[in-house]
Amino acid sequence: MGWLTDPLGYNFVLRALAEVVVMGATCGAIGAYVIVRRLAFIGDAISHAVFPGIVIAYLAGLSIFGGALVAGLITAFGIALVARGGRIREDAAIGIFFAAAFALGIVLISTRQTFQGDLTGFLIGNLQGVSAGDIAVSAAVGLAIIVVLAALHKELVLVSFDRTLAAALGYPVFALDALLLVILTVTIVVSIQAVGIILVLAMLVTPAATARLLVDRFVPMIVVGALLGAVVGVVGYYLSFHLGTASGATIVLVATAAFVTAFVASPTHGLLGQRLRRHPQHGGTSPAVDAPAGHEHGGSAPDLGGPTRDDLRP
Amino acid sequence: MSSAPPGLILRGVGAGYGDGLVLQGVDLAIPPGTLVGVIGPNGSGKSTLLKAILGLAPVSTGAVLLDGRPVAEQRDRLAYVPQREAVDWSFPVSAEQVVAMGRYPRVGWLRIPGAQDRAAVRDALARVALADLGGAQIGALSGGQQQRVFLARALVQEASVLLLDEPMTGVDQMTEHLIVDLLTDLRDAGTTILHATHDLESAAEVSDQLCFVNRRVVAYGPPADTFTPPILHATFGGEMLIVHEGDHTHVHGGGHHHGPADQPPAG
Repeated sequence: MGWLTDPLGYNFVLRALAEVVVMGATCGAIGAYVIVRRLAFIGDAISHAVFPGIVIAYLAGLSIFGGALVAGLITAFGIALVARGGRIREDAAIGIFFAAAFALGIVLISTRQTFQGDLTGFLIGNLQGVSAGDIAVSAAVGLAIIVVLAALHKELVLVSFDRTLAAALGYPVFALDALLLVILTVTIVVSIQAVGIILVLAMLVTPAATARLLVDRFVPMIVVGALLGAVVGVVGYYLSFHLGTASGATIVLVATAAFVTAFVASPTHGLLGQRLRRHPQHGGTSPAVDAPAGHEHGGSAPDLGGPTRDDLRP
Repeated sequence: MSSAPPGLILRGVGAGYGDGLVLQGVDLAIPPGTLVGVIGPNGSGKSTLLKAILGLAPVSTGAVLLDGRPVAEQRDRLAYVPQREAVDWSFPVSAEQVVAMGRYPRVGWLRIPGAQDRAAVRDALARVALADLGGAQIGALSGGQQQRVFLARALVQEASVLLLDEPMTGVDQMTEHLIVDLLTDLRDAGTTILHATHDLESAAEVSDQLCFVNRRVVAYGPPADTFTPPILHATFGGEMLIVHEGDHTHVHGGGHHHGPADQPPAG
């Protein structure tokens, strides 16, 4: 068991593990929204766009967290504003902002003598350098995000599933969308220390996508995503410690391995599960067969009993 | 305003997006307990009419009143069944969770649905013959069942006005009959209902009033008075063929699917 316990003798390891657990859980939870709202590209844009904010704050000796947050929010709302005009579509607006902001960050940091080392730290993360203060900020932010997601759960799900109904019922659709972008930006900012700008997207998308393959409800998807995020963080960090590899990238590869495993072997949505199961057709033109499409009748038993009330109650 | 008669009133409503108005000069007075079929060719403004009433499409002129007061002040009294394509059916929610969304304004912020709300959801699912499928993933339901989930979601709102956009499109026979029965019951209970449809004959059969729309209201009145070749022609122009066969008038659109279409209409 030495491989498990020996690293725990180092304080920097304990700090790194605390950071990856908080980061992985937060990213995995908000990742559920990234998946269902298709925010992956905008998340990637924000993660790159916070870069000049970090660099300016770093050069000026200000709070890196604050600098990143300001830059991320400017980008998120800049994209929304440009795309609202209609002539430039959102994906093009994202492409423009995210490359420009990233370039600005590189230009700024290239004025420094220690250019290479600084750049690498931001791009691929620096778990070894996590301070107790960093962990406190990450934990506070993660907790705040969970409180907001819980408090506004039904409104955020409503606007995510059917924004037309949300608008018809009088909900502030734009404000709820904006809130989601703010939460996403804050999550990205606190995660960059651990996995870096380039790979933070993987932590937002991969554990949540894995969760989607395992469960069919939104709240379980958030919970499973958060658990997976924390677990792959710890496993990946241990691996990197023993293999001497870059920790952020190793964590991402572990998350990817978990995803591939679920993609192949998930009992409900995996390739193997689908092959084992009869897969009744369903769709808009089918006759009035009042049976669900058999997605929860696990195993290979043919659907004999008609509609079965499944046990996945909310 | 308080002198206005009860029901849904549109006065000189112009609505649309961008520069051009899709609809202009719409004047309607629909008493409570009326079932209105909204008829018109693709792009004529049927959906826009419903959305203008709901406050979803910008209303640039005129006013929409419900029982004498602007609808904007009483949105909770309107329920809406959008076209089925409007949402992502792979979303990880169950049928009863979708139905419960209709209760959210009643539940309020920072609260979870209570026993009364859950009972309303159960009742509504039973009324649309989905009592056993409340726990089903919405993506696993058939097209007709999905439409009934939307209908149940509108039912739990217990609204005074119900607006449905192409509720019969792409659904099975059983669902179609169920929707017609349900709309009739709601109408008898005093609900004002507008349903946009491509199925002219069934609209004429089930509706109390027909509203012919093509950028404006071409005609509004009981089917017996309005389901006539001149009005149909004025609404659909050259895009249709009218066949008289005994008591029945069959209408065939130019290139459009009428009747219970297998596919959603383009647009």
